[in-house]
Amino acid sequence: MSTAAAVHTEEDHGHHHKETFVTKYIFSQDHKMISKQYLITGLFMGIIGIAMSLLFRLQLAWPEQPFGIFEVLLGKWAPDGVMDPNVYLALVTIHGTIMVFFVLTAGLSGTFSNLLIPLQIGARDMASGLLNMISFWLFFLSSVIMVMSLFVEAGPAAAGWTIYPPLSALPQAQPGSGTGMTLWLVSMAIFIASSLLGSLNYIVTVINLRTKGMSMTRLPLTIWAFFVTAIIGVVSFPVLLSAALLLIMDRSFGTSFFLSDIFIQGEVLHYQGGSPVLYEHLFWFLGHPEVYIVLLPALGITSEIIATNARKPIFGYRAMVASILAIAFLSTIVWGHHMFISGMNPFLGSVFTFTTLLIAIPSAVKAFNYITTLWKGNLQLNPAMLFSIGLVSTFITGGLTGIILGDSTLDINVHDTYFVVAHFHLVMGISALYGLFAGVYHWFPKMFGRMLNKNLGYVHFWVTAVCAYGVFFPMHFIGMAGLPRRYYTNTAFPYFDDLADINVLITVFALIAGAAQIVFLYNFIHSMFYGKKTVQNPWRSNTLEWTAPIEHFHGNWEGEIPYVHRWAYDYSKPGHEEDFVPQHIPLKKGEEELQH
Amino acid sequence: MNIFLILSVLVLIAISIWQITKIFELSQAKKVNTQVADDDDNNLNGKLMFAFLIFIYGITIFSFWSYGDVLLPNSASEHGVDYDNLMWISFAIIFFVQTITQALLHYFSYKYRGEKGKKALFYADNDKLEMIWTIIPVITLAGLILYGLYTWTDIMTVEENDEALVVELYAQQFNWKARYAGEDGVLGDANVRFLQDFEGRNLVGIDATDPNGFDDVVVQELHLPVGREVIFKMRSQDVLHSAYMPHFRAQMNCVPGMITEFAFTPNKTTEEMRQDPDVTAKVNKINKIRVEKSKELVASGDMALDPYEFDFLLLCNKICGASHYNMQMKITVETEQEFEEWMNSQQTFAEVIQ
Repeated sequence: MSTAAAVHTEEDHGHHHKETFVTKYIFSQDHKMISKQYLITGLFMGIIGIAMSLLFRLQLAWPEQPFGIFEVLLGKWAPDGVMDPNVYLALVTIHGTIMVFFVLTAGLSGTFSNLLIPLQIGARDMASGLLNMISFWLFFLSSVIMVMSLFVEAGPAAAGWTIYPPLSALPQAQPGSGTGMTLWLVSMAIFIASSLLGSLNYIVTVINLRTKGMSMTRLPLTIWAFFVTAIIGVVSFPVLLSAALLLIMDRSFGTSFFLSDIFIQGEVLHYQGGSPVLYEHLFWFLGHPEVYIVLLPALGITSEIIATNARKPIFGYRAMVASILAIAFLSTIVWGHHMFISGMNPFLGSVFTFTTLLIAIPSAVKAFNYITTLWKGNLQLNPAMLFSIGLVSTFITGGLTGIILGDSTLDINVHDTYFVVAHFHLVMGISALYGLFAGVYHWFPKMFGRMLNKNLGYVHFWVTAVCAYGVFFPMHFIGMAGLPRRYYTNTAFPYFDDLADINVLITVFALIAGAAQIVFLYNFIHSMFYGKKTVQNPWRSNTLEWTAPIEHFHGNWEGEIPYVHRWAYDYSKPGHEEDFVPQHIPLKKGEEELQH
Repeated sequence: MNIFLILSVLVLIAISIWQITKIFELSQAKKVNTQVADDDDNNLNGKLMFAFLIFIYGITIFSFWSYGDVLLPNSASEHGVDYDNLMWISFAIIFFVQTITQALLHYFSYKYRGEKGKKALFYADNDKLEMIWTIIPVITLAGLILYGLYTWTDIMTVEENDEALVVELYAQQFNWKARYAGEDGVLGDANVRFLQDFEGRNLVGIDATDPNGFDDVVVQELHLPVGREVIFKMRSQDVLHSAYMPHFRAQMNCVPGMITEFAFTPNKTTEEMRQDPDVTAKVNKINKIRVEKSKELVASGDMALDPYEFDFLLLCNKICGASHYNMQMKITVETEQEFEEWMNSQQTFAEVIQ
C-alpha cells in the first residue's frame, strides 16, 4: 500500500467484486453507504428521543394531569394516565443518552465523517472498510440494546444521562438501576467500541490517504473538525468505558470503587472506601470533551456551508484551525466545571474556572470569523445556509451563558437548575442539531443523488428557529428562579407556583417544534425517492466530493483521483470568471496561491 | 386501536404536506425550480433574517418584562451580595456581546443577501482583526476570572472558629434532618452503621460512645440565628443529594462516605424577608394563583389550597430517585433569642436514647 499523499493509480481501485443486496446495502464496507446507515439510524433514534422529550414536557406543563397518550405509550407506567415519577426520570435519562450519544455523536460524526473524509481528501475509501462496517454495526447493536432497555420490567436506567452512583449502582435506590441500568451500561460499552473504531479509521485515513497536493493546510475545515474530533474521542471515550466497567464491578462484583457507608432499605451495605466523586471525575473527563465531539463537527460543517453559500472564503482559515486545536486541547482540562459543588477541594474549582473561561476565547474567535465571512458576501440563502447561520446565533447565545456557568462562584446557585438545561440545549440541542440539519440539506444530493425540497426546508428552518428560542430562552428564567432540574413536578413547592405559566409556554413551543420536524422527515423520505435529480455540483462548491460522479460506486472516481492545487476557499477570487475555483483546478499562469 | 389512529393521522399529515407542496409549486409555473435558492428566495429569507433579529430582541424583552419577577429576590446571606454583584456584571457583559453579535449576524444576513450578478468580496484574513478580537475577550475574561476567583476563595474558605454555629445536614431518600452540635460546639462522630441502634431512634447514626454526641440535637426543621456564621457539615445516608438553599446563594452536594462543607452568614430573618417588597409581590402573585386553583379543586370536590407564606427553603438538587422533587426542609432565620428559645425546647441525643 502506498504511503502518505501518494499518487493513486488504477491498481489502487480496490477489488471489484460482484455485489449482492446484502453486501451493498446491509454489510457494506463502502463509506458512502455506511454514512447513510449512520444517518438513518441516528434519525430513527432522534425520533424516539424527541418523542420522549414531548412526553415529559407534557408532564411538566400540566403536572399530574391525566393524558390518554401516556396510557397508550407508557402502559403500566402511567396508571390512569398520570405519569409515574420513576418513569419521568427514566424518560429524561434515556432522552439525554440518546440525544447526546446516538444522535449528536454517532448521527453527526458517523454520518459526515464517513461521507466526507474520503471524498474531500481524495481517497478511494476509508483506510479500513472492514473496521468501518464493524463500527456501524456495533453502533446499530448498541442502539437496539438501548431501545430494548425501555421494555425491561422494572424500567430503564433513570439516574440521569450522567448516571452517578450510588443511585445508578443500587437497584434498591431506584427500580431503573436494576436490569435497565445493566442494559444501559452494556449498550454504552458497545457504543464506545463503535466510536473508537470509527475514530481510528478517520484519523488514519486523514493522515495517510490524502491525494496528491492535499497538504494539511489545504484541507477543508470540515476535515480538520472531523479529524480533531476523532482524536478527542480516542483520548476521552476510553475513560468513560473505564468508569462504566468500574460501575459494573461495583454493581455486580461487590467492589467499592464508587460506594462507601451506605444505609438503604433498612440495611447497612458492605461497601467501604469508595467515592462517588471518583465516578464524577471519570465521567466528566469524557463528558466535557464529548460536548466538543458533538460541537466541532457541526462547526466544521458550518464553515464549509457558510463559505460555499457566501461565495467568499471562510474568514481566517488559520485562526479557525488554531481555534479547533485550542478547543480540543482545552476541552480535556475543563471537566471539573461540572463538579464545582461536588465536594471536591475548592482549589480545583479555581483551576477549572480558569481553564473554562479560557475556552471561551477560541469559541469567540470562531463566532467572529463566521460573522465576518458573511460581511460583503453574496449570500445564497439555501436551507443549509439558514441552519448554519442559525447555528452561529444559538452558539453565541448558549455559549455566553456558559461564561456564567463556568464561573465557580456563580455556579453555586445555578448548578443543576434549569439555567444549565437552557444552556446546554442551546449549544447542543439546537446549535449542534442545526449542524446536523445543515449537513443533511447540503449533502443530501451527494448522498442520494436528489435534492431536498427547498420550500419545505424553509418552513422547517423558520418554525424550528422560532420555537428553539421560544423553548429555551424563557427556561433561563425558571433556572434563575431556583427551580432544580430533573424534578417530576414543581407543585411540591408553592414557592414555584408562579413558574407554571412559563412551563406551559415552553411546552407549547416544544410541541410546535416537534411538529416542524415532521415536515423535515417527510421531505427527507419523499425526496430520497422522488426528489429532483441533482446536477453534478448543485451548490457550486470547491471541495472534491462534488467532482465524484453522482452515482455511487466503490472507489469514488473513475480513473485517477483528482490532484489538488489550491485550498478549498477560492470563492469570488479576483482574476477568475466564475465565482468559485474547485480545489482540483490548477493555478493559472501567474496566479498565486493564497498564502495563509 | 390508538396506534392505528396515530398512524392514520401521520399518513394524512404526510399526504397533506405532499399536496400543499405540489399546489404551491404548480402555482409558480413560470419558474424552473432547481431546489437551489434563487434571488426571490434570497430576498425573502434575507428579510426574514432581519425580522428574526427583531424576534430575538423581542423575546428577550418579553421574557424580562413577563418573567423578571420570578428571579430570586435579594440574597439573605453576607456573601450573597458579592454573588449578586458578580452575576450582574457578568450578565451586563454577556448581554452587551449578545446584542452586538446577533445584530451583526442577522443584519449581514439581510444586507448581503444574494443577487444574481453581485460579486462577493474576496477577503480571506486579517491578522490585526483577529488579534483585536482575541485580546479583548482575553482581557474581559481575565477580569471576570480574577473577580470570580477572589469571591470563590472568600466563600469557600471555611475556617473553624468558636463563633460559628456548626450544623450537620443529613440527607436521605427522601427527607432532610439537621443536627446541631449543642453546647460543646462539636458534632459527635457518626456513621450509618449506628442507624439501627436504639430501635431506630438514632436518626442520623450518632456513635453513642463519643461523648461529643450527647448534647447533639437532631431536628427536621432548620433554625438559624441571624448574623451568625453557620458552618454546614453535610452527610448522605444513601445516594448523592445536594443541599440547595437558593436564597442564601448556597449549594453543596451531600456525598455518602464523605463529609462536605459549606458556610454562610444569614443576614435577614424570615420576618424581614417577608417584608421585602420583591418577596411580598411574589407571595401575592402565588396566592392569587392558588386562589384560582382552589376554585377548581373545590368545584371538583377536593380541598382548597392553603394560602402561602414565604419561608426559606432547603431543597434537594441532585437526582436521587422517585421523590427527588419533594425533598425539602423549612429554614427559619430568627433572632439569637428566638433561636435559643427554640433550641432549649429540643431534645438532645442523650435524652432521645434514654
